Amino acid sequence: MRRTRLLQYEEFTSFLSSLMAILAGLLVGLVILLISNAEDAFPAFLTILKGGFTDGTKGLAQVIYFAIPIIMTGLSVGFAFKTGLFNIGASGQFTMGAFVAIYIGIKWTFVPEGIHWLVALLGAMAAGAVWGSGPGILKAFFNVNEVITSIMMNYIGMYLVNMSIVKTVYDSLKNQTKPVLKSAVLPKAGMDKLFNTSNVSIGIFIVILAVIVIYIILQKTTFGYELKACGSNKEASRYAGINEKKSLILSMVIAGALSGLGGGLLYLSGSGKYIHVLDVLAPEGFSGISVALLGMSHPIGVFLAGLFIAHLEVGGFNIQLYNFVPEIIDMIIAVIIYCGAFALLFKQIIKRLLFKPVEEKAQDVKEPVKSSVISDDDYPVKPDVEEGIQTEMGAGNESPVVDTKTEENDTVQREEDI
Amino acid sequence: MEYVIEMNNITKIFGNFKALDDVTFNVKKGEVHALLGENGAGKSTLMSVLFGLYQAEKGGIKINGNPVKINNPNDASTLKIGMVHQHFKLVHNFTVLESIILGRETVNMGILKKDDARKKVIALSERYKLKIDPDAYISDITVGMQQRVEILKMLYSDSEILIFDEPTAVLTPQEIEELMKIMKELVSEGKSIVFISHKLNEIKEAADRCTVLRKGKYIGTVDVETTTKEQMSEMMVGRKINFNIEKEDIETGNAILEVKNLTVKAKNSKKNIVNDVSFSAKAGEILCIAGIDGNGQSELVYGITGLIPIKEGQVLIKGKDITKEPVRKKSLDGMSHIPEDRHRHGLVLDFDLKQNSVLQTYFQPRFQKNGFIKFNAVKEYAKKLIKQYDIRSPRDEDSIVRNMSGGNQQKLIIARELDKDPDIVIAVQPTRGLDIGATEYIHKQLIAQRDHGKAVLLVSLELDEVMDVSDRILVIYEGEIVGDLDPKEITVEELGLYMAGSKRSDKYEKN
Repeated sequence: MRRTRLLQYEEFTSFLSSLMAILAGLLVGLVILLISNAEDAFPAFLTILKGGFTDGTKGLAQVIYFAIPIIMTGLSVGFAFKTGLFNIGASGQFTMGAFVAIYIGIKWTFVPEGIHWLVALLGAMAAGAVWGSGPGILKAFFNVNEVITSIMMNYIGMYLVNMSIVKTVYDSLKNQTKPVLKSAVLPKAGMDKLFNTSNVSIGIFIVILAVIVIYIILQKTTFGYELKACGSNKEASRYAGINEKKSLILSMVIAGALSGLGGGLLYLSGSGKYIHVLDVLAPEGFSGISVALLGMSHPIGVFLAGLFIAHLEVGGFNIQLYNFVPEIIDMIIAVIIYCGAFALLFKQIIKRLLFKPVEEKAQDVKEPVKSSVISDDDYPVKPDVEEGIQTEMGAGNESPVVDTKTEENDTVQREEDI
Repeated sequence: MEYVIEMNNITKIFGNFKALDDVTFNVKKGEVHALLGENGAGKSTLMSVLFGLYQAEKGGIKINGNPVKINNPNDASTLKIGMVHQHFKLVHNFTVLESIILGRETVNMGILKKDDARKKVIALSERYKLKIDPDAYISDITVGMQQRVEILKMLYSDSEILIFDEPTAVLTPQEIEELMKIMKELVSEGKSIVFISHKLNEIKEAADRCTVLRKGKYIGTVDVETTTKEQMSEMMVGRKINFNIEKEDIETGNAILEVKNLTVKAKNSKKNIVNDVSFSAKAGEILCIAGIDGNGQSELVYGITGLIPIKEGQVLIKGKDITKEPVRKKSLDGMSHIPEDRHRHGLVLDFDLKQNSVLQTYFQPRFQKNGFIKFNAVKEYAKKLIKQYDIRSPRDEDSIVRNMSGGNQQKLIIARELDKDPDIVIAVQPTRGLDIGATEYIHKQLIAQRDHGKAVLLVSLELDEVMDVSDRILVIYEGEIVGDLDPKEITVEELGLYMAGSKRSDKYEKN
């Protein structure tokens, strides 16, 4: 009985299925390593697993440094997912945020020193928000697919930033941005001493704060309730009198602000990172998609997923010692995401494994025909009978689709509970 | 007498769920055999096993006395089993002839030979008195003719065993009568028919024998002639059902909902899908909008409730013009809407029960403070609804609505809408897809609203519901009101004529 109850928590099974996806990804990675160089495959694989734990505190700092931007873009993508939008424009929003942060960090010398970095970060958020609002507005008022518009916005953002850099904060010798003023670099707050490297700053705390804020918005507020309702059923939200246009735009604005903040946090971290004037989209935006998928779009999931992927990336960096290319990590991550798509299947397997003996019991409970007003509650979802035979069968829960099978098990749980 | 179909001790398990438990189903040659059961009783599953869509875990099938194994619909076809699905599977831009021969085209060197096919189709249609026009396009013909096309399709492939899956759901009373005749004609030609239904009147009229399923179990097979409707329904539901809806006459009061000259434009054409509709629903009255599906009743309701923009007209509640108000304001002004499609409009399926219970009220001070939802208040409210309206679900207020049964999903909507204490309840097909028990419950709730002096606007496609529940009937045909009728004075047949557009009240004469 207790097992059943534990399994009822979707979060738990989601977590397990993510774990299974990760295992599958790592296995494929191992196979690739074996194929490319069997001799060094196992030591290299161990290096990947060790990831951030190879180099003492420095390694951990490296993980945090890698994780900060992708957690932010992951939050951005995940937040938009929750409202039913696919924010593939995290990359453009990230770039805009990064540029504005650098610009303020170099040019706005009039800002008092103590809050210079904070102003730069707020500027980054605002820039990302503006960049996110475009696709949101187009979607809300003209029903233009946000995927297409946000891809466009990625390119517009990238070229605009390249152009603006050359005009304003350009270091022509290195073809990149100039360094930001000291006052605009994020405060270290002793983190550098703790981790014994200069890469870390209070950035990670800002990320944690963002995670908490997003979690509260989504779980505790009426605003989050509206956003989720729109994301999961736009029609029903309209029926309920929720302003779905407003929700849609605000969702994209917030998502954009999160990505922009990610850009600001990375380029103000004082790690010697500069925007190079190249015609390449910021990869952090796309890593954000992986992070959001792996983290099931849940803010805390995204946080852990970001750390995990950063951990792998550090490992990937290290396997160059064995003459492997770090791109293997990208392949592993790709497989993990791919398997993540089978999350439902994994969930099903997990439930099966733990569920065997229920059937007979369920049968007993079902036997007496109730003399109640409604007698169809031994049956799970019945969409609409008029949908024809297929649907009614889905209703009798026998559709071969994995999704419906989940419902079957819920039925059983229900009978156990009653 | 020999059996054409023998399905013995069929058991079908899905995961941990026994959809069919030791079911036996035998059809004699040349009979109409009804398969009766509530939604989820396993009727469709049983037929899917016969049709090869599913394989049974236990049990065997014999066709004409020979044991067979049906692995897919093609096997069923070879065994001359054909099926008319509830929602027709026709290609809309094909002609009738093309639709019938689809999949069994006569070809010569890869070139379609329609002439032979045409001869055969016409011969068949004459023999079985199935009137069709072979060159009409599917999109242009009536639903009744589409059904005849489906039947011809089966006959064209020489089916001997014909399965009709709830064939009357989409038809007018006249078309139903015609279908009954066709079925008798087919049987007299030696075909055997399985007739899936949960409508007792039709079974009583058309079927020879009837097999009843309940919750995946075989309850029995009876002779329709000698069994009363009450007995059959008791077999189906497992308890006695009161068919007579008890309703006292009460005085009607002032008009609550007034609709004046409402016109709604069709989405992709210039046509008005709702054309100049005016009516008023009074306090203490259940006003029913009857009509065949697709005659503008959905759009009428969407127009009134503000889900789609209207072209012209006014909507008033208690004399207050609410035409231009946003949906939320309408709801606050006393309008409740039980939507036609509970999955699309009525519920957020991925939310849990408590979140759905405050879908229109979450912003009110009793459920939120400074933008934060008061989860305890929401929870208490959901518990109250569950208790008061007897909503059953696996984890009470924490159940994800997707995992709830259709009847209980609908009860949740009704609880939510009625608990707002509205002045007017607009209920669109509130019992669609629900079994008898749930239907009875919902009718009682609507009548209770009426008895409390509220107005109820009921949109229904089910004639029984229209006749039994309503106090006044408006018939809608092609977006216009064509009749204002009293259910006590009109027969079902007459109502059917109005619904089919062949009759109009004087008041609604076309000008």
